[in-house]
Amino acid sequence: MHKLKAFLSDDKNQNRLIPFLSIILGFLVGAIIMVISGYNPLAAYSKLLQGAGLYGNLRRFGETLVLMTPLTLTGLAVAFGMRTGLFNIGASGQMLMGGFAAIAVGLLVDLPKVIHLPLAVLVAVAAGALWGMLPGILKSKFNIHEVVSTIMMNWIAVWTVYYFVPTYMMGKYNTESAAIPDTASLRFEWLTNLFNGSSINFGLLLALASALLIWWVLEKTTFGYELKAVGFNRDAAKYAGIKVNRNVVLSMMISGALAGLAGATFYIGYTDNIKIGELPSLGFDGIAVALLGLNTPLGVVLSALLFGIMNAGKGFMQAATGVPNELVQIIIAVIIFFAAATQLIKRWLRYFARNEKKEKANGGEA
Amino acid sequence: MEYTIEMLGIRKEFPGIVANDNVTLQVKSGEIHALLGENGAGKSTLMSILFGMYQPEAGSIKVNGKEVTISNPNVANELGIGMVHQHFKLVEVFTVTENIILGMEPTKGIVLDKQIAAKRIQELSDQYGLMVDPDALIQDISVGMQQRVEILKMLYRNADILIFDEPTAVLTPQEIEELMHIMERLKAEGKSIILITHKLKEIKAVADRCTILRKGKYIATVDVAPTPEHEMARLMVGREVNFKVEKGPAHPGAVVLEVEGLEVSDNRKLKAVKGLNLEVKAGEIFGIAGIDGNGQAELVEAITGLRPINAGKVMLGGNDITHMSIRNKTEKGIGYIPEDRHKFGLVLDYTLAENLVLQNYYLPPFSKNGILNHDEIEKYAERLIDEFDVRSGQGPSTPARSMSGGNQQKAIIAREVDRSPALLIASQPTRGLDVGAIEYIHKRLIAERDKGKAVLLISFELDEILNVSDRIGVIYEGQIVNVSDADKTNENELGLLMAGSKKGGEANA
Repeated sequence: MHKLKAFLSDDKNQNRLIPFLSIILGFLVGAIIMVISGYNPLAAYSKLLQGAGLYGNLRRFGETLVLMTPLTLTGLAVAFGMRTGLFNIGASGQMLMGGFAAIAVGLLVDLPKVIHLPLAVLVAVAAGALWGMLPGILKSKFNIHEVVSTIMMNWIAVWTVYYFVPTYMMGKYNTESAAIPDTASLRFEWLTNLFNGSSINFGLLLALASALLIWWVLEKTTFGYELKAVGFNRDAAKYAGIKVNRNVVLSMMISGALAGLAGATFYIGYTDNIKIGELPSLGFDGIAVALLGLNTPLGVVLSALLFGIMNAGKGFMQAATGVPNELVQIIIAVIIFFAAATQLIKRWLRYFARNEKKEKANGGEA
Repeated sequence: MEYTIEMLGIRKEFPGIVANDNVTLQVKSGEIHALLGENGAGKSTLMSILFGMYQPEAGSIKVNGKEVTISNPNVANELGIGMVHQHFKLVEVFTVTENIILGMEPTKGIVLDKQIAAKRIQELSDQYGLMVDPDALIQDISVGMQQRVEILKMLYRNADILIFDEPTAVLTPQEIEELMHIMERLKAEGKSIILITHKLKEIKAVADRCTILRKGKYIATVDVAPTPEHEMARLMVGREVNFKVEKGPAHPGAVVLEVEGLEVSDNRKLKAVKGLNLEVKAGEIFGIAGIDGNGQAELVEAITGLRPINAGKVMLGGNDITHMSIRNKTEKGIGYIPEDRHKFGLVLDYTLAENLVLQNYYLPPFSKNGILNHDEIEKYAERLIDEFDVRSGQGPSTPARSMSGGNQQKAIIAREVDRSPALLIASQPTRGLDVGAIEYIHKRLIAERDKGKAVLLISFELDEILNVSDRIGVIYEGQIVNVSDADKTNENELGLLMAGSKKGGEANA
């Protein structure tokens, strides 16, 4: 018990516990709501997990991974920004531009798949990086806050797509582009077959590789050391001779590139075309994913997986138990609430740790 | 019943350290009781326990003879314990009155009644001779005045026991004097005061009794009047302390730093350094004396590259470095111990090891082809920790934020000195540190001098300038108005020059 108390009193451990406690609390609150509304929470959660393919249904699990893929990347985009002192709230716009660029390459050039697909992905990454670079330059040159400029860039992205798609790449309707040819698709037949016909695509591997790469950059390279120093303490970074402004731009570019890649996995991996007038909410969800993942690459992957499970399983849950799938949104909201209310949970943990001690003291007297 | 506060056998642990180990503090009613100890001795922890911010693992607290549990600061307030924090907790855009009533606003029905509060504050201010204007905005009043607002806040809440946490750290000498008077006045009105400090002079001036802590342990409680300063210092540090800085004569060599006609602007784009000339030679410590705000900060930032230079020239070892980047200047041989160690000196969220390579992480052996070598960094950190006696809970992987001020400063000095720069700039290197750490830092500066390095020391403390420097330049309104040898000048003369009187300079010439 003493060990547990010591464990709980440590600030670092408290921080690591918060996401897990938040998830438990989220599901508890969800369960309470279900009980009040007359549903059986255990049955509902069981169906939720079954719907996400966790009981061995590969096709369903494939869908979970599909939903997880872009979230991993937008989560990484936001987390990378956070670690380097930037709040990139424009992952949605960067993702949209990445997806738009990938679709454009897919539709407007004709190449064999070995070249076409990598080209589309690279152009998507470059487009996202460009969309992140502009706010980065505005921040470093004119001290314009990235929250403002990235939100504006989101809308520029929306209207860019709105104009170019119907003009140059119209599909069946003028509200969406044509479908990309297979040569530019992230889907591979062998992969689809492996998961019994799910829409899983190669983007998942790109996302996991990105997470690994970002972890490596942040923890193992001088570049990551500089970026984090700038994020923690701009003045000290400057004092150490680090080019703060250059790093701000680079940081925004990398964050944007990750979001751009998310766009590629979504638009040429999942939907095959792009609709106009829509800002993908996955960019904003990335903020929640990063928050729950404590801005670490591994945490982001795990929390994106959780989001994937929830979203993939909710339809099945509703069909099987009648629990409305909006309940999943409530659970996610509660999880995010507790993950953000760090001080509240820390206070509970400290209280718990103290009571442990008191119990021990009382026990000793008796 | 003689004691108003009794803290008996207090123990408090943090991961890796015991901050308080069986500490006892007994404060008599109506006395000024000093709490003396080095940085990291456990003073702040003890007071945080008394103020309800931490819970002790063992021990008891009695207020006016009754045992109490102080579970949070509100309980402390109710018991009449008030704290004047080192960093004020005031809303800049509120008036004095609004700040004082914040959290317990008097109302008339549902309407805020500021008049009645302002009247009461005026009365309290008059009673204790604080001379605070209840209607002034916080942002418009001086730091010393802001501190009095903090005092008034306590008085307004009917506090009888006032804790002052290093209250003089942010004050000018005149303000310190006034604060001492205020404390005596408070005492005369029957308040009890606990004064946390490591400045012996202040304890001598105002305290009745003094409790000394060292490394978390209770050492002694002494009556201040019959106890000489060096005895208190000995109790605090655990060995004899040298107040006089010991150093041999300087052997100045070639000019290392040459500043010519330097012009620099401050943050408001006003001229702060106005055609300043300066020379620092190898093997000497050049001290710059002056009152804060006469261009010292801008001068140093211009030399190190943190601030752009409008006009003039900066030469290092004969090379023009005026417009070089910060990193180039660092590599050319400038070491810099910054005045604000939290703002510039350290990345507080980095570990000690990561901070120790802040200036050379990109060089081998700490990295190769852009990839960090954490083993080498750790090894290097261990060597510096050992060599410079940096104390930390978890060695190289201690978060810099969790270290005491003195040890943070030691870490910066280790980092800057170990690179062996031709020019070492130390800006207020001992600010906020205790005698033991000050002694150590002075020794290190002199050791660098004796190795043939040029040392530029900037300090607002005349004692420090006089004791450590070989030559002294006085800065006034952005210019060096006088340069003299340290042994041929004195506090009076420098004081006059610092205040802008040219006469001192003429008398010297």
